[in-house]
Formats: sequence, C-alpha cells, structure tokens
Amino acid sequence: MPSNAHPTGPGSTGSDSRGQDSSGQGHFVAAIEDTPVAPVDRLDETQKARSTWADAWESMRRRPTFWVSSVLILLIMIVALFPSWFASVPPNSNCLLANSNGVPSADHPFGFTRLGCDVYARVIFGTQASVTVGVLATFLVTVVGIIVGALAGYYGGFLDAIVSRVGDIFFAVPTVLGAIVLLSVVPERTPVVIALVMSIFAWPQIARIMRGAVLTARNSDYVTASVALGVSKFKILLRHVLPNAIAPVIVIATVSLGTFIVAEATLSFLGIGLGSDIMSWGNDIGQAQTTIRTAPQVLLYPAGALSITVLAFLMLGDVVRDALDPQARARR
Amino acid sequence: MIQLVTQSVPTIRRDGKDPLLQIRDLEVGFKTQYGVVPAVRGVSLTLYAGQTLAIVGESGSGKTTTAQAIINLLAGTGQVTGGQILFEGRDLTTLSAQDMQGVRGSLIGYVPQDPMSNLNPVWNIGFQVEEAIKANSDLRGKDLRARTIAVLKEAGLSDAQDRLKQYPHQFSGGMRQRVLIGIGLSSRPKLLIADEPTSALDVTVQRQILDHLGTLTRDYGTSVLFITHDLGLAAERAEQLVVMYKGKIVESGPSKEILANPQHPYTQRLVAAAPSLASKRIQAKKHDEAANIYSAGGTDTALIDRAAIREELAPTRDLITVEGISKMYRIRTQGLKYTELLAVNDISFGIKKGTTSAIVGESGSGKSTVAKLILQLETLTSGRIEFDGSDVAGLRGKDLLNFRRRVQPVFQDPYGSLDPQYNVGNTIAEPLLAHKIGTKKERQARVLELLDQVSMPAATQFRYPSELSGGQRQRIAIARALALKPDVLVLDEAVSALDVLVQGQILNLLTELQTELQLTYLFITHDLAVVRLVADNVCVMQKGRIVEAASTDDVFDNPQQSYTQELLAAIPGGDFVFGR
Repeated sequence: MPSNAHPTGPGSTGSDSRGQDSSGQGHFVAAIEDTPVAPVDRLDETQKARSTWADAWESMRRRPTFWVSSVLILLIMIVALFPSWFASVPPNSNCLLANSNGVPSADHPFGFTRLGCDVYARVIFGTQASVTVGVLATFLVTVVGIIVGALAGYYGGFLDAIVSRVGDIFFAVPTVLGAIVLLSVVPERTPVVIALVMSIFAWPQIARIMRGAVLTARNSDYVTASVALGVSKFKILLRHVLPNAIAPVIVIATVSLGTFIVAEATLSFLGIGLGSDIMSWGNDIGQAQTTIRTAPQVLLYPAGALSITVLAFLMLGDVVRDALDPQARARR
Repeated sequence: MIQLVTQSVPTIRRDGKDPLLQIRDLEVGFKTQYGVVPAVRGVSLTLYAGQTLAIVGESGSGKTTTAQAIINLLAGTGQVTGGQILFEGRDLTTLSAQDMQGVRGSLIGYVPQDPMSNLNPVWNIGFQVEEAIKANSDLRGKDLRARTIAVLKEAGLSDAQDRLKQYPHQFSGGMRQRVLIGIGLSSRPKLLIADEPTSALDVTVQRQILDHLGTLTRDYGTSVLFITHDLGLAAERAEQLVVMYKGKIVESGPSKEILANPQHPYTQRLVAAAPSLASKRIQAKKHDEAANIYSAGGTDTALIDRAAIREELAPTRDLITVEGISKMYRIRTQGLKYTELLAVNDISFGIKKGTTSAIVGESGSGKSTVAKLILQLETLTSGRIEFDGSDVAGLRGKDLLNFRRRVQPVFQDPYGSLDPQYNVGNTIAEPLLAHKIGTKKERQARVLELLDQVSMPAATQFRYPSELSGGQRQRIAIARALALKPDVLVLDEAVSALDVLVQGQILNLLTELQTELQLTYLFITHDLAVVRLVADNVCVMQKGRIVEAASTDDVFDNPQQSYTQELLAAIPGGDFVFGR
C-alpha cells in the first residue's frame, strides 16, 4: 500500500510536510513507526546455519532434473550390482538358434539376437561391465587429477612446469586413440584394464582444472591469513585450498562418467574394448551391426540403455554445476 | 499520525518551474526463489534543473536500485512494481524498451561505480567514447573524432588526442573515471546519475574529479543525482539530500539543514558516526549506544585524564622498531627484462606498547607493503625490523611461529579473509590448533570467550561466513587474530570496506579491546578521518617514503608538509560541522 502520508517527525521543527511545501523539496522526516531503526549489524539468529554444501543441496533439492537423474542413476547402479533381480533368464544359457532375430514377445520383451539370445537379459547383464568401466575410470582420473593438479598448482615452480608439460603430452593424445594403441598389446581386456588404460590418457583434463582452481584459492586472502596465523604450508593445502578448489572437479567428474561409458562402448564396438566373452552394451552394439536392417531391436535396446545412462549422468552434472557455481549461489 | 491523502498528488512547482525529475512512491522488487523481495519501498523525490541531489544510505538501503530504476537498468530479476518516475513530465516506467534507449545517454547520462570494470578492456578509449557519441548523435567521421577529443578534454584529459588509441589498462583509476564521466556527459544530458563516482579513488583524485564534475554541470546546467555513502561529500557537493534506510526514505530536504540538524533517529545515528576532521580519538568507555562515543562534548575531562594515563603507562622503549627498511620489487616488463620498483624506500619509525600508530597514504604509497614486511609475509630488501628487542628478519621454524603468535594481522576484505568452507567456530579455533594449544574442550571454551569479546552471540560459532555481514565477518577476523593473545594487531585497511555505522562499531570495539588487553595496533589506512578517531601517532607515506610523522593531533592541527595539507584539504566536507 503506497501511502501518501506526511507524518510529523520526532521533535519536528514544523518544516516536515511536503504537502505544505509547493516545491516538493522541504525538510521531510519519516514517521518512526513507519521506519523503525534496527540495532546496527545485529546477527539474525532466527535463520538456520548453512554451509556452502548445505546451500548447494538446498538448491539441488528444488530441481526436478536432480531427482529424475538421481533416481535413474540409482536404478542403473542396482541393475549393475544385482542383474539377476531383473532378469530371471541367464542371458547365455538358453540361446536357441531357432529364436534367431526373433521379435519381442511377452516373455522376451526386447526380442532375440542373431544367435537367439534374449536381448533384455543381455542389456540387463551388460550394465555391470559398462558401469564398472565408467565408475572406475572416473574414480582413478579424479584421484590422480586432484593430487597432481593440486600439487602443481600449489607448489608451482619447477614441479608445476614438469607436471604441466607431462600432462600436455598425454593431453595431446585423444583418449580413444591412445586406448586403441595400448589395448592392442595388453593380454586381457577386462573392465578394470579398460578403465586403467583410459585413465592414463584422461587424467590431464582433471589435473588442469584442479590446477586452475588451486591457483585461484592459493592467492585468496584466507590463505594469507592462515600463513600469518602460523599454519603450515601443507596443512593449508589440505584444510583451505583443496576444499575450496574441489567444486569444479566434482562437476567435471560427474559429466565425464558418462563419457567414459561412451568411450568403452566405442572401443568395444571397434572390437578392441572388452573381450567378446564379457557382456557389455558396446559389444552388443558392435554385434548388432550385421542385423541392423532385419532386427533393429538388437541394436536399439543396448544403445537406448547407453543413452539413458549417459544422459542421467550429464543431467546430474548440470544440476551439480548450477548448485556449486558461486554466481548462481550468491544470495544476499 | 498517519493520514491518507486521497486527492490526486498536488502539482509541484518551484519558482514557476516544473521539476526535471519527480519520483512518486516508487516500489522496486527483486524476484527470488523465495518470492519477490522489496528493495525500494515507496520512494518519492523531486529534482529541478541545475540542482544536485545526493542519496545517502548504507549498503542494501536501496539507493543504487533507485538510481538504476530511473534508467531501467535494474540488475537481474529486479522490476518496478509500483509508482511513477516522471522525467520532464513523461513516465519512464511505462516507456517501451526502444523509447527508453532514446532517453538513456542522450537525456540521462550515467556514471557507474567502478572505473576498473566499466570500460571494455579490448577496445581503445577513443573507440568507446566514439561509440557513446555515435549512439546519441548523427556525428560521423572527422566531426565525430573532433567531438570525441573535445569530450575527453572537457572531462579533464588534456592530452586526449594522443591517448585515443590507448587501452583502459594504460589509464589510472582516476583517468578512467574521467573517461566514464566524459562518456556520461558526452551528449549533454539534462540529468547525470553518478553512482559512487569517486569511492574507489584516492581523496586528492576524488577532489579533482568532483571539482571538475561541478564545473561541467554548472556550465551546462545539468542536474546531478549522486549516490554516495559519504556524508561529507553530500554536505559539500549537494543542495538536496535524501537519506535512505531499508528501502525507504527516512529524511529528505536541503542537505546542510539535515546534516546540521538531523531529525530522524537513523539520520542522527548516521551523522553522529560520520568521521570528520573535527572528531576526537575514541576513548575506551562502555556505551550502550555506539554512536555516543563520537560525541566529544561533555567528556572532555575524562578524555584528558585517559590521555594522561595512556602517556604515563607508555614505556620508553618501543615494542616495534623499524630502521631504514626498503623493499624492492622486480617487475618483468618484456621477455627477460626487469624494471625495479622501490615500493618502500628507507623508512624508520617506532611503535610503543599499548599505543596505536597509523600509516596513512594513497594507493601505491607502499603502506600495505610495510604491513606485510612487519608481518614477515614479505622479505626485506634492506633495513632492520626489531620486535621486543630482537631482530625478526630471517626467523625460522619455532621462532617464526612464536613471532606469529605475538603479531597478528586483520585484513581489509572481510569477504576474502575467512574461508567460506569453514564455520566460525573452526575459523577462530584454527590458530589454536596450528599452535597446538589446549584440548578440544579448552579450545571450544576459548572460542566462546573470544566471540563474547567481539560482542557476537555464542550461536555464531555454527555460522558460515556467507551468512554474515561485512562488519560481522570483520569481528570474526578480529576474534581469530586475538585467539593467541597477541601483543600486536596489524590492521590493514580493516574498516575501509564497511558502512560508516558498522565502521564506528568496529573502531569502538578495537579501542575497548586495546584497553582491556593492552594491545598495540598498527593501523594501515587511506582514510585520514578514521586515523583521527583511533591513532595516537601517524606516519604519512607518499611514494614509498614517510613524508611526515608525528602525534595525531600535531598532524591534524598543524600539518608541516604540503602533501599532508593537501590530503587534509581533499577530505570532502572536512570542515563541515555535523549536528551531533
């Protein structure tokens, strides 16, 4: 309610009202009831205390995208850990050539492959290998990247020069190309090996991001304050620099989980990824090439599972980035 | 007392002239995830042609939002939710985006706050001024170039012709602000809105720029709307004053009248807290109301007594002795070439225990470098610093740790010096942890004791810095510095970023702590008025050298050096007597 009131101020000198003053510039004093004066700079104790992480959670909680992607990822994880809960038919035990490229039916909702295996069972059981590669590679890359990037950024100088150049050399080799070369010489191609090989070529990305974030945090005033308080250099790295530099890495790690799953599929499709005895989406997509016209379901279902998984991680990464971005978080 | 005026708003005229700008019951809100938050609540003001009006208020009072609403430049989700903004009788709130463009620049000029970020670093100065002129006139080619040079010359850049091709980074802060003022005035607007146009600048530069702005607006009859937090500036430069608090106008009218005789309790508080050259040193004395501490009248005897006691207590030997220290920085210019910059040039001074010494200087004078040298955050190029009788240069390991325990810093930026990931309790306990003092329980108790010393409730320990205001954060920073019971606090611009009321509170707190804990302060600041309030001795620095060093009263009442005199004269409203 906009009020046009011209109240008289405390101890008024009588020159307070604009109504009497035709120029609109007389001495005006607002009524105290209208503009109560609060104590200077008192802490508002009614609000709940919140850390940056609690704040981030608060902002994520409100996004439907966060819940959709989280539920999807949870489901994918459960499928990866306990495939037999979802598919009663072991995928390879009762493949019948009679069912070759068979169409979907009630018992076999996704149809059959060329060798007469149940596509649904293969998609379910293939989850494990694909997700293992993604999670393991992301974990390795993040750990190595954080350690290397943090040390290089924090201590700088000679160490930084060496580490950064080595990182650049690996950075110059595309992950998939490097993995193709290395995988053609390893004796066995299990999910762990694939994840290791991809990590070798992918850590510099995280290391670079970490280094940049550490450089910013290292030059902040709170680090200088800690030095002056007498905190040791390494403890400052652990206590102040790392926690403040980790946010962008978490964002990239979430997104890259999806890309590692794609990379594994690419390698398997090319026949250089997981061994042909290991069930994975990539292998299935590769084998489905031959029947793409006659039985498209053999291609579509593993490819669909792959897309949904990658999409779920990308969506989560997006939400996490928004929540951790200081600009989006700023409130006052 | 409240009566509703039901008839239409009466026509406002002065000397038979209509107002240039008339704001009626303006309401502005910002949309957030918690709903619309009002930022401006029913603001009305009137400005005539050729007048200067200042809006003052603390941060968050809505003064900038009001100004931005006039030219429809509200940040983010802000929108005008009610009221009228009449400019020459036209309501600006109802104009289309296209019509508004015609008003902006050509009729209403705007000088933004921060000269450092408001010029585009990838375009040269000439281009940016030309762009503004082109947008508001038909001048092209040679005429445009000539006009550009004229605009910059008017703004006080005498060598404008040669500097057109230079980029913003080649200009100093003051120069950039002149360019922005030139752009703002380039099309001879009828109204110029200047949002804290000089608050990022040194006082001497500020004075030049304000003088210049005054001349320009007088010559062309431009009205000026100042947004400022500086009451002295408002007293000196504005005829009309509007005091805002929490989105509302609490008092408005002729500025001298208001400042000499403030009526609203908030204005009274604000005026009382405004540091000026007429203030006296704060004496440690518990007051219920922070503002009272500034009123010198009536406490004269107590003041003299206390000064005498302080002098008596002062030991003859200095706690900190600085002898001929210098600091040279090597700055890489091109490739492997270096130039040398003498940031601190052969300075000496001493600080007695329990006293406050201030180092005053403009930006680039080397005052912060002195603080860093004393704190052992930078190494000396030459000279000697003694603390409590022993040389501190090259302290290592345990000795350095011991020195750090006794000499603690408080930094300028209360937003940067606390780790955002740490809650207040952990922040204050950190020095105790680093020096392995006490058990967890003892540390916890000490944290509560420290919070109490800086007048913060115990519940603050669970808060994170982002939830606290600037003044509250600075209290936490002070509590952290006090955790180890140090002898010396080095305060590097510790109150410069704070609103005047909060600043007053912190200065009071520091004075009380000094008496209570026998602390010695080294106060680094650019603000002479603050020095008058807290310091016993002053060193005035210019270009790495101390040009004058004496007791505070000597420096203020009887400055010997022309540079000191210039600094004192440049303080806006320095000689204005505020109503107390």
